[in-house]
Amino acid sequence: MEFTEEQLKRYSRHIILPEVGGKGQQKISDARVLIVGAGGLGCPVGYYLAAAGIGTLALVDNDVVELSNLQRQIAHSVKTLGVNKADSAKQTFESLNPDVNVIAVKERINSKNIIGLIKDYDIVVDGTDNFPTRYLINDACVMLKKPLVSGAILRFEGQVTTIMPGDGPCYRCLFEEPPPAGLVPSCQEAGVLGVLPGVIGALQATEVLKLILGKGKPLKGELLIYDALGVNFRKVKIPKNTDCPMCGKNPKIKELSDIPEQYCSI
Amino acid sequence: MAVKVKIPVPLQRLTKGKDEVEGDPGTVISLINTLDSKYPGLGERISEAGKLRRFVNVYVNEEDVRFLKNEETVVKDGDEVSIVPAIAGGIITAISI
Repeated sequence: MEFTEEQLKRYSRHIILPEVGGKGQQKISDARVLIVGAGGLGCPVGYYLAAAGIGTLALVDNDVVELSNLQRQIAHSVKTLGVNKADSAKQTFESLNPDVNVIAVKERINSKNIIGLIKDYDIVVDGTDNFPTRYLINDACVMLKKPLVSGAILRFEGQVTTIMPGDGPCYRCLFEEPPPAGLVPSCQEAGVLGVLPGVIGALQATEVLKLILGKGKPLKGELLIYDALGVNFRKVKIPKNTDCPMCGKNPKIKELSDIPEQYCSI
Repeated sequence: MAVKVKIPVPLQRLTKGKDEVEGDPGTVISLINTLDSKYPGLGERISEAGKLRRFVNVYVNEEDVRFLKNEETVVKDGDEVSIVPAIAGGIITAISI
C-alpha cells in the first residue's frame, strides 16, 4: 500500500527515524494487535498504538465507563459514561486516527472464546485487572505461540514483561500460580495513582512497536519493576522454568480453564 | 554494610512505609525470619513453614532464588534482595494486609 500525502505527514516523525522509515511504518500499518481490557492500561496502550497507525486494533472489554474510571482511563470521558469501554475507546481512537481499524469486542474473555478472539492477531496486550484472566491469557498465548506484552499495576508500583512463547519464559515461569482464594483476606479496592497505568501502558506500547518493527531488544526473560514513589526502575531475571506447568518439558496444563473469579476487580 | 532488602508496595505497611530495609547476611530464610522479628507479619506474607510462597518471588541481586538454592540461597553483605509479588491491578492479594 502506498501512503497518501496526508499519511506521510502524519507519520513523518516515524518515517524520518532510520529504525522505522517507510518500511517500518508499513509494518505498523499492517499489524494486528489485540488489547484485553480498555481500562487503566488498555487506554494508554491503545491511544499510542492508534496514534502510531497500527492497522487493526481490537479492544476487548464488557464493562461500562464509570465516573471513578476517569481518574486514569484516559480514552473515556464524561460523554461516554455508561457506554461500553471498548466502544468508548473506539470512538476516541478513531477520532485521533481514522486510518486505524478499531474493533470493539464487547465480551468478557474466557476459556471458551479466547482462542477465537486472539487467533487472528499478531500480538496480544494484557491490560487486565485480575489474576484469573491474566493466567488465562498467558496460557492461550503459549498455546497459540502469540507474543504477549504483559503489564500490571498496584498503588504506586507496576510490572512489565514481554512473553515470546517458544523463545523464553511465560508468566507461569515467573509466578507459577495465582494467590489462592483462601488467603485473600478481604475484597476491597487497593487504589492506584492515576498516572501509573500511563507509565506502564506507555512501556507496553513501546514493546509492541519494537516487536512489530523487529528493532531493539524485547523485554523477554526479564521483569521490569517501576516504583513511582522511590523513582526507580529495576529489572529482575525470569529464567525459563523447565518444570513450568504451561511451557515446561512436561506441561501439566493441556487445556484452558476458567479459574473461578475470587477477587474483586476495579 | 548489610543486606539491602527491597520491600514491594503491598508490604510497606508492615515496614512502616519503608521501601528498603536492612537485614543480616545468611540464608534467605534466616534473613526473612530476622526481618519478621523486626517487622511482624512480614515473614508469613513471604513464606510458609520455612518455604517461600509460590506467588511471591525473592531475588538476590537480579537472580530468582528458585533457580539458585531457594530458601537456602546465601546472601552476603552488599547484596540486594528484592521481594516481588504477583500483582494484578486494583486488588488486594494474599500478600497484602
